[in-house]
Amino acid sequence: MTLTRIRGGTVHDPANNRDGVVMDLWFRDGLMVEGPGPGESPSRTYDASGLVVMPGGVDMHCHIAGPKVNLARKMRPEDHRDAAPVRRTPITRSGTAGSVPSTFATGYLYAGLGYTTAVDAAIPPLAARHTHEEFHDTPILDKAFLILMGNNYYALKAISEGEYERARAFAGWLLESSRAYGIKVVNPGGVEAWKSGWNNIHSLDEEVPHLPVTPRMILRGLAQASMDLGLPHPVHIHCNNLGLPGNAATTIGTMEALEGRRAHLAHIQFHSYGGEVSDQASFRSDVPRLAEWINSHPEVSVDVGQVLFGSTTSMTGDGPLGYFLHQVTGRKWTSADTEMEAGCGIVPIVYKEKSFVHALQWAIGLEWYLLVKDPWRVGMSTDHPNGASFVAYPELVALLMDRGYRRDVLNRVHPRVRERSILQDLDREYTLQEIAIISRAGPARLLGLSTKGHLGVGADADITIYNSDRDRRRMFELPRMVFKAGELVVDRGEIRAESRGLTWHVRPGYDDGVLPDIRRWFESYYTIRFRNYPVDDSCLSGGGAVSPCDGGKRNP
Amino acid sequence: MATSGPRASSSLTLISDAVCARCGCACDDIELVVESNRVREARNACSMGAEWFLASPEAGLPKALIGGREASLDAAVAEAGRILSEARFPLVHGLANATCEAQRVAVSIADRIGACLDTAMPLHRGLSGMAFQGVGEIHCSLGEVKNRADLVIFWGCDPGRTHPRHGERYSIGAKGLFTPLGRQSRRIAHVDLHPDSSGLNPDLFVPVEPGKDFEALWTLRALLRGHEIPAGACPGAPLEALRALAEAMKGSRFGVLFLGAGTSTAADSHMVVDAALAMALDLNRKSRFYVSPMRAGGNPAGADNVVTWQTGYPFGVHLGRGYPRFNPGEFSTEEVLSRGEADAALVVAADPASELNPAARKHLAAIGVVALDYGETETTRSARVSFMLAPYGLATPGTIYRMDDVSLPARPAVRSAYPPAEEVLRGIARAVGALP
Ligand code: SF4
Ligand SMILES: [Zn+2]
Repeated sequence: MTLTRIRGGTVHDPANNRDGVVMDLWFRDGLMVEGPGPGESPSRTYDASGLVVMPGGVDMHCHIAGPKVNLARKMRPEDHRDAAPVRRTPITRSGTAGSVPSTFATGYLYAGLGYTTAVDAAIPPLAARHTHEEFHDTPILDKAFLILMGNNYYALKAISEGEYERARAFAGWLLESSRAYGIKVVNPGGVEAWKSGWNNIHSLDEEVPHLPVTPRMILRGLAQASMDLGLPHPVHIHCNNLGLPGNAATTIGTMEALEGRRAHLAHIQFHSYGGEVSDQASFRSDVPRLAEWINSHPEVSVDVGQVLFGSTTSMTGDGPLGYFLHQVTGRKWTSADTEMEAGCGIVPIVYKEKSFVHALQWAIGLEWYLLVKDPWRVGMSTDHPNGASFVAYPELVALLMDRGYRRDVLNRVHPRVRERSILQDLDREYTLQEIAIISRAGPARLLGLSTKGHLGVGADADITIYNSDRDRRRMFELPRMVFKAGELVVDRGEIRAESRGLTWHVRPGYDDGVLPDIRRWFESYYTIRFRNYPVDDSCLSGGGAVSPCDGGKRNP
Repeated sequence: MATSGPRASSSLTLISDAVCARCGCACDDIELVVESNRVREARNACSMGAEWFLASPEAGLPKALIGGREASLDAAVAEAGRILSEARFPLVHGLANATCEAQRVAVSIADRIGACLDTAMPLHRGLSGMAFQGVGEIHCSLGEVKNRADLVIFWGCDPGRTHPRHGERYSIGAKGLFTPLGRQSRRIAHVDLHPDSSGLNPDLFVPVEPGKDFEALWTLRALLRGHEIPAGACPGAPLEALRALAEAMKGSRFGVLFLGAGTSTAADSHMVVDAALAMALDLNRKSRFYVSPMRAGGNPAGADNVVTWQTGYPFGVHLGRGYPRFNPGEFSTEEVLSRGEADAALVVAADPASELNPAARKHLAAIGVVALDYGETETTRSARVSFMLAPYGLATPGTIYRMDDVSLPARPAVRSAYPPAEEVLRGIARAVGALP
């Protein structure tokens, strides 16, 4: 009921064309509202004069919950031990940090950086119940997850048999059953090939060994299904051949295979390499060619998957990739495959400045931000924790906003990077407005979360207020205040309130004529009962919230 | 506090797709015939499971006791809260026999009171914990086994005895996508002290002497790598039998090794897991091979998961400094009690008073214990405050994890006179000021 005012802040709200406008903002009951009615006055005012005001941050691609993340937590006690502990306070729970923080710590750390929404990008539907439970214990943030479908046996089979309608209905059913937000494709066909004892799939037209279906067919089928179901977020793709020299050709091929359909390409940095597959030394950046493609294809967006130097944990729904990384790093390896649905691989990794490959990956990520002209189609991500932890976002902001700083780092890393990328020639510096786009307004729009990423009337009152500071890293590391749904949750780095946060999902509907067939299939090949598979709304954090299936058209 | 479960009725009701938590198989196809608030029949369950469902509910015991005397729930909750809040070094022990919802509340209490939190029996610890943190884990859901496995090795376990429907549902006769003939689609190997007595009927049997699993696994790995092993180099198991097993493994596209605790002691189970995982890593160069612990009944996988996501560590977590510290040796219940360190304990559905070593038991008897369980145990009898609980799964809803980490919704069939663990724990959580 209470009307609250944020007074006199310098507002960066790109979706509403406010670029550093000094103005008052108002909210009530967790939503942004017009100013007060006649005779009305705010019951609370926060003074933001001299401060920078943005919508709360939106991370569109991260890994924060579910079986894969939890296995990684369990596998890496040393990683927790090395990190500063997250202490309990009278109003917060304790936890562990490091590259894979515990659930409560994840909520506090994100909120502490001014983020209020995060999307886990790779959940096997069979693990939906588990993931929702973790979301319950991940405070403050609004959350959502994408379900892995690019190696889902039923989907692949329907596509291979040319039964697109059945594949689409199945996708609708699966999204509803798991209370998920969208469709993720990871190494289409490759994980299924790996799980059945083969190695991997390396080209778009290679068939899965025992199913006449190719990555191209899977991509088209699921991209089309996402569109026809009207999902707010298009199909979210992790291409084949992640991490391999020369994989840019596969990435271009993937985008061409979509033939104009909407799609989002995840952690594109890991898919932008030139060179020869067989020769690590031939590694080079192929970003200019790929970025040009993106610049001329408005239906495709990317997030970067920036590598930042330091110790982290690689985790992926790409089982064969996990094994490959284990072979390269020689570090411990965890894999966990899910019946009919997915694979998974987890490997600790340290990104080193003096490693040619790591330094080149770092440069390639930055090239992406600097070469794509339309920031609305580049989501800021480290593919947490794959390229780095989300807590490194302020470092990334500093690199983008300050070319001097960028050059200093470039001059320090492995020298061959300067030959194999064009980073040293890129003078572009991000403005605050552009940072606001890639870290909140853009991801919210790409996700189709129409009440996120902006501060117009009707938006959720998720607001981050920063000190204006020339040291951009310091500025973004420690917001002055963070509001979530109108509640002050962080004040100068201190958690002030522990709200639950909502789990966003979609209800696209589906032709229930497919149910008997799905059920028959399910009862033959799964090991749990059909009725025990779906989760219901009682599982959802904060009771859940539904994002309408109108193809993302309601975005501001 | 309310009781839980569906409404009473004198006519027959049928609850389908119920989950059995008796062993780690978590069969979820059970049909319960319920009459007058009693389960009369548990269709599809094995005899172990049926026994679990049909067991007479506790009756006549008070809901709560303080100092051995009947007390109201509210008074007992208040007393429990007092004991735990006043403790300087409290212990929270158990959890593996409760729903995830109850486990989550128990961890929040541990966090608030700064307790040492331990869930695991020593055996379970070796199988799923520490070795895994050293090397990793190569694991798949049981449906992958059903659909794809052409070779299944039961090492140190006899599923017919401990997990009666494991074979039929997942690993032996189960028919799946690439295993359409069930038993005929796969080879079964058994490695153990003695041949099975449960009709396992393996294609291969490898006898292993007590405590020689590590040597046997290491020899097997060497054979798989093509090393020549001189006769007599592996004292614990016959070389010829290991050679035959190695050949079967080489010919397999998708193999699984289920590791039980049968032949190894808790002390060397760590090395055994290590060796099995190292072998699986080798094999994955050419084909798929997985290692899965044969976990026990109840919800230990749920406890592992909940404690891990809330604290970052699976068990042996000390919250006394205001944040989680992990040292499974130092912070195990048995060690802490043996050293005489704890001054109060919250025991959730476990019976340390009869399971731990004498030194630990002695100290436990001397401190303020709050015990919750589904029936009387040594621990509840000697506790300062004790609560009787509604049997989870049978009379309370909630989430239960199968041994392979697949989570399932319990479908309560009867009403209990006793409250669910989650509810009692929530009361205690409020009393100690824990966060919801
Ligand atoms: S096999 Fe285990 S879970 Fe299944 S019915 Fe028997 S005791 Fe219950
Ligand atoms: Zn990712």
